[in-house]
Amino acid sequence: MVAFIVRRLLGAVGLLLIISAVTFSIFFLVPRAAGVSSDDLAGRFAGKQPDAVTLAAIKDRFGFDDPIPVQYGKYIKAIVVGDTYDTGTEKIDCPAPCMGYSFRTNQPVFDQIVDRTPITLMIALGAAVMWVLAGVSIGVLSALRRGTIFDRMAMAVALAGVSLPVFFTGLLSLAFVVHKWELLPEVNYGGLGDNPFNLLLPWICLAFLYAALYARLTRAGMLETMNEDYIRTARAKGLSEKTVVVKHGLRASLTPIMTVFGLDLGLLLGGAIITEKTFSIPGLGQLALDGVNQSDLPVVLGATMVAALFIVLANLVVDILYGVVDPRVRHS
Amino acid sequence: MRSPKVVTGAAAGFVALSLGLSACGGGDDEGEKGGTGKFDAASTAVVNPSDHKGGVLKMAQPDDFESLDPADIYYAYGLNFVRLFSRNLMTYAAKPGIAGAEMVPDLAEAKGVATDGGKTWTYKLKRGVKYEDGTEIKAKDIKYAVGRTFDRAVLHNGPSYFPQLLDAEGYKGAFKDKNLDNFKGVEVPDDYTVVFKLKAPFSEFDQVVGFSGQTAPVPADKDKGIRYGMHPVSSGPYKLEGDYQPKKGGTLVRNPNWDPATDPNRKQLPDKIEVQSGLKAEEIDSRVIAGTVHVDLPGTGVQAAARQEILTKPKLKGNADNPLAGFHWFIPINTKNIPNIECRKAIIYGADRSAMFRAYGGDVGGEMSTSIQPPNIPGREKGTDFYTKADKTYTGDPAQAKASLAKCGKPDGFSTTMIYRSDRPKEKATAEALKQGLDKIGIKLELKGYPSGTYTNEQLGAPKFMDKEKIGLGTYGWAPDWNTGYGYLQPLTDEKAITPTGNVNVEDLRDPEINKKWNDVAGITDAAQRAKIYNEIDQSAREQATILPNVYAKSLLFRPSNLTNVYFHAGYGMYDYASLGVTG
Repeated sequence: MVAFIVRRLLGAVGLLLIISAVTFSIFFLVPRAAGVSSDDLAGRFAGKQPDAVTLAAIKDRFGFDDPIPVQYGKYIKAIVVGDTYDTGTEKIDCPAPCMGYSFRTNQPVFDQIVDRTPITLMIALGAAVMWVLAGVSIGVLSALRRGTIFDRMAMAVALAGVSLPVFFTGLLSLAFVVHKWELLPEVNYGGLGDNPFNLLLPWICLAFLYAALYARLTRAGMLETMNEDYIRTARAKGLSEKTVVVKHGLRASLTPIMTVFGLDLGLLLGGAIITEKTFSIPGLGQLALDGVNQSDLPVVLGATMVAALFIVLANLVVDILYGVVDPRVRHS
Repeated sequence: MRSPKVVTGAAAGFVALSLGLSACGGGDDEGEKGGTGKFDAASTAVVNPSDHKGGVLKMAQPDDFESLDPADIYYAYGLNFVRLFSRNLMTYAAKPGIAGAEMVPDLAEAKGVATDGGKTWTYKLKRGVKYEDGTEIKAKDIKYAVGRTFDRAVLHNGPSYFPQLLDAEGYKGAFKDKNLDNFKGVEVPDDYTVVFKLKAPFSEFDQVVGFSGQTAPVPADKDKGIRYGMHPVSSGPYKLEGDYQPKKGGTLVRNPNWDPATDPNRKQLPDKIEVQSGLKAEEIDSRVIAGTVHVDLPGTGVQAAARQEILTKPKLKGNADNPLAGFHWFIPINTKNIPNIECRKAIIYGADRSAMFRAYGGDVGGEMSTSIQPPNIPGREKGTDFYTKADKTYTGDPAQAKASLAKCGKPDGFSTTMIYRSDRPKEKATAEALKQGLDKIGIKLELKGYPSGTYTNEQLGAPKFMDKEKIGLGTYGWAPDWNTGYGYLQPLTDEKAITPTGNVNVEDLRDPEINKKWNDVAGITDAAQRAKIYNEIDQSAREQATILPNVYAKSLLFRPSNLTNVYFHAGYGMYDYASLGVTG
């Protein structure tokens, strides 16, 4: 198992290198292919009507005229051995893994990621608890009551849930639940020091979207599993229906759900962009979006790599859990 | 904290809410917020005047300031905001309406005294004005502050007037050259005198030292270079509590060492001022209407949804203002790509001004324009309509347009490209309205949209792009650095102002007579005489058919009932943030 984990982590490092190179290339090569010059790039960071002196100074500071491999090499080197940052009055050490400084805020990207990660973590985990509990429960009940009104209603709601994106349910709930009816307070969440209750609405909106998917997945899995021979054997042995459903039926059905859960959670941890934007929550997704909108390459690179890291780690955890949940995997 | 029952109810009702209540939005006035104010009252007078002290003033913005370093900001709302904790040699008067465009002494005892034919400007400092730590502000601090602005690699967001105007050739800035004696552009003969040495006369130097925060004093030993904006040292009524957190916000608290007797342009009413960054624009509107946020920091007006709500509900409308914001939305016509004046005149003759006016929202969106300079500019004359009429019913003059086309040698018309910001519906609608009008006379416009993030730097504001893509027209709006004809018109019409990126002289106007006027006017000390020349330049640019006037922008601003001392400030084109207070 240890060798397996080490292998996967080494693979993750390689993957992150590839992702960083691709992101870097997209950020630099695509605009240049479209005719954007280094003056244009510098102009994005200058005030109104920048003169030639200002443009030259910005290009020099950010290295926009350096060959792209040199710029990429500096970036990777900073991650491995650290870098220093000139504020004008002093040089500040940026220890490894130095992911650079934001072109806009002049803050270390790593510090920003560390600051934003717990916020996104709270959004993702809170919603995940809701959608797994609701989705799996509804899926199991639907499977056990196949063809009943409950089953049909639940699946209809599930279909609606999958069809309604967060920017729709989010805006609607903000307009009515918060501003018109004042049932919940305004969503203000800026970090772990704030009341997590503030995230109730984002949790519900996200959970509504995902729970629907999980309910359908669980229902399909349970329907298949409950027809297996070993379920019939379990019943023949005189086990209670609860034990048959939970211990034998649901457990076997969880494997594909866990796969999807790993991906979903990893994606959300990398930045629940739409949710964060809709509810104005300063998480990793919002950080990435600001980076893209403001041509802030170090931030875009940092956010992309962290998102990739979360997906890789979430999948690794899922792979490990496979063995715990499903004895067939462990024994194979 | 809400009761669990309410919360549970809200959660349980969510599915039904999401699926079924989207049609419940209109017409219900129950619970409507707002007060009994008068529509547009704060455009010309102080609304809710009060000396009530206390409370927390809450401000919000969708994005963030470029920086909170007063020297590293260019956009008006940031300059308006930093006045809460920074004072300049000069600043805008704290008065409603156009009176706010006047530059008055701030740290200086009086306006600058020009000598040496306008090449030397001397300011005497008020005595006893202090930083937040109680240290007295001295002339050397202002020299240091100006010296910082020469390092364009570190402070690249702010204006570059000082490096351009001051006689300090070769000076690299206060970060690279720490010996201030080497900075010859500013002299400080004593602790309370600041003398600026210019390369050439510049009659509006008071405006240069006052419109931005670049003469706000900086104590050299507290300077953190590019990171000074995280916690600038206060000389104004408020100071930062802890560091400002970019993209999140910060809090200002009272500065006990600010003396109101030395500062008639600011108040210190709220106990605290909280800034929240990264809040969606629509959410800010909802909160401002509810009164839980008091100020929408960018100050450009509410979004479309709130606009509709405010204008259709009288109680809300009474708390709204609809002032001329200082922008003129016009259509520059590029003289390089449409070199024949008769072809340009044909475009102006054929323009359906009525449709273009409606595209900007009609009466609430703005006023039909004549001159290039908007009415907020002191001394500006309305001027003559050239080849068009500022009339809401005017749909163009096809006969005159055809005649101009014939003189241009293209009696059947011609084709050109017009660009606009694709994420601005009003600009898209304007381009489409112009296209439809010109279609009738045979001028075919190919419309191309570009994102606003790159539009002014890499498309419309990039002469190379304009040349390469043969762009004939574009949608554009401009507000001046300071409210004079120079501040407004010089960037638009002076050949010297053409820059490789972020160019504002989109017409590519290179008229020797206009250029000469710009050179000469810098040495004229009489403001009225300068205004006369500005009006002549305005007229000449329009007579040459380089600009199709369109609409003087009006913004729709909302002031919650619990906001006091609210008035529209012409200098910043929004409410004056340094005067606001809160109640309740």
